[in-house]
Amino acid sequence: MTLPADLCLNEFNPYNGGTPVNTFTVYMQYIINGLTLGSIYALIALGYTMVYGILKFINFAHGDVLMVGAYIGLLTYQALLGDSTSASWMMLAFLIALVVSALLCALLGMFIERVAYKPLRNANRLAPLLSAIGVSFILSNGAAWVFGTQSRRFPYPFANNPISILGVTITPHQILIVIVAVVMMVALTFFVNRTRMGKAMRATSLDQGTSELMGINVNRVISLTFAIGSALAAVGGILASFDFRVYPSMGTMTGLKAFVAAVIGGIGNISGAMLGGVLLGILESVGAPLLHIPNAMKDTIAFAVLIIILLVKPDGILGKNEKEKV
Amino acid sequence: MAQMLKIDDIAVSYGNIEALHGISMEVEAGGIVSLIGANGAGKSTLLKAIVGQVPLTRGSITFEGSPICVPRHSKKEGGKALPTHDIAKLGIALVPEGRHVFADMTVEENLDMGAFLVKDPAVIERKKEEMYDFFPILGARRKQKTRSLSGGEQQMMAIARALMSSPKLLLLDEPGLGLAPLIVQDIFHKIRLINEEDGVTVFLVEQNARMALRNSTVGYVMETGNIVLSDASEALLVNERVKKAYLGE
Repeated sequence: MTLPADLCLNEFNPYNGGTPVNTFTVYMQYIINGLTLGSIYALIALGYTMVYGILKFINFAHGDVLMVGAYIGLLTYQALLGDSTSASWMMLAFLIALVVSALLCALLGMFIERVAYKPLRNANRLAPLLSAIGVSFILSNGAAWVFGTQSRRFPYPFANNPISILGVTITPHQILIVIVAVVMMVALTFFVNRTRMGKAMRATSLDQGTSELMGINVNRVISLTFAIGSALAAVGGILASFDFRVYPSMGTMTGLKAFVAAVIGGIGNISGAMLGGVLLGILESVGAPLLHIPNAMKDTIAFAVLIIILLVKPDGILGKNEKEKV
Repeated sequence: MAQMLKIDDIAVSYGNIEALHGISMEVEAGGIVSLIGANGAGKSTLLKAIVGQVPLTRGSITFEGSPICVPRHSKKEGGKALPTHDIAKLGIALVPEGRHVFADMTVEENLDMGAFLVKDPAVIERKKEEMYDFFPILGARRKQKTRSLSGGEQQMMAIARALMSSPKLLLLDEPGLGLAPLIVQDIFHKIRLINEEDGVTVFLVEQNARMALRNSTVGYVMETGNIVLSDASEALLVNERVKKAYLGE
């Protein structure tokens, strides 16, 4: 069996150094690659799902926040690194860039909500949606204006020599992506289930009016939701930059795919977003070679899956459609 | 007795339709006040106005001497309508009509939410234990999703959740709605205990007039957005008009 040239997520990842392969290892490779891609989708999908859970509104500017996050991350990383080639400083600089980008995007997300969505909260449902599309254009065109349309490479903060395990090639950057994504998701799960503000966030998504009665400041919860979602998007954006480079419209397709992932998992459901993201990543990675879909058409998989889900289980895999007890 | 809540000539409108046309009433500290009236009379609207969930178009509501609800854009001094979460901080808890439990959260998490304003974890734990003692069924179901509880259990949960913040004034909207008579009796018995033993002032709104008047000190009767009658509950129970219209005698 011959492998499609686009098998690996990045062009610096030569497949397996010419060792003979069997179908099992080939598909393991697809799954590993899909898992990596899926972790990124999952991080971004969380922002869509959390905002939807509380406001019943799709934040179409979310994808562009991840683009801004990638630029902030890249610029911070380059500024910190300077001419240094010290391996430990590279890694540290990368982690600092990740944190700086997450914090600044959290502020950006809160700012967007405050100026573009909050004034429209009691307006027609279509109004905040249009506002979100407007914000999306402002961000992507603004980035094109400031940074230019040329795409930039996000350098690996370490020597990215592939490791071969049982014929399956894993690169350190894939491991980094999965570790960062898992850490973020575990932290988020802990936050929403165990902390006072996290529980308040869940309560607000279940019943806003009653949450107010408990003394919960719903506006603050909404701000916090945008902050967390945007911070996760920034991290997702930086992780995505390794394979997709950084450019002003990078958030459009990645954001859309993450949105699809959120719908697959059940929009409004946090575990659903994680599951949907990973699932979509694997389906894309495995589906393309399995169905002989040419690389240029790969994006159709996500949307075909979306249509199937909407037909078969419109509430998503973990979504609920239960009527409240009266 | 000291006056706790004073409602002064308030009006509330939904769009062009006025739902409350100048309501005035008072709740004395330490008592149980009931408000009876038919479906659609405006009883729930009045409770929502007290907690700041519907805006006033006229009048004011004062809690312990300071105004909490006034019409928006009111130029009157001290005229700022407090948001609902700030009204909760003053010690007013509402058990909303239809219970509105957080169905996807466990009983324990619901109680945690009731104690959102309590900062001390030791106090929260103690309050939870008190609630499990007071409503043993909640203790037995503390790890269950509230969705799985029966209607009566959900009502008890909603009351327990409201008590978690140790409110001074407990507002109850139709606590007996849709429940079996025995359970309604049990719930009203608990409401009296909350009032008598913990000293919580209670203001309850009920369609079940007999139950409400038997378990309260003062009663008000509301008809289409107006208070038409108010008296000691005992007196209302033998009032001809109330007997005819609400007690079916």
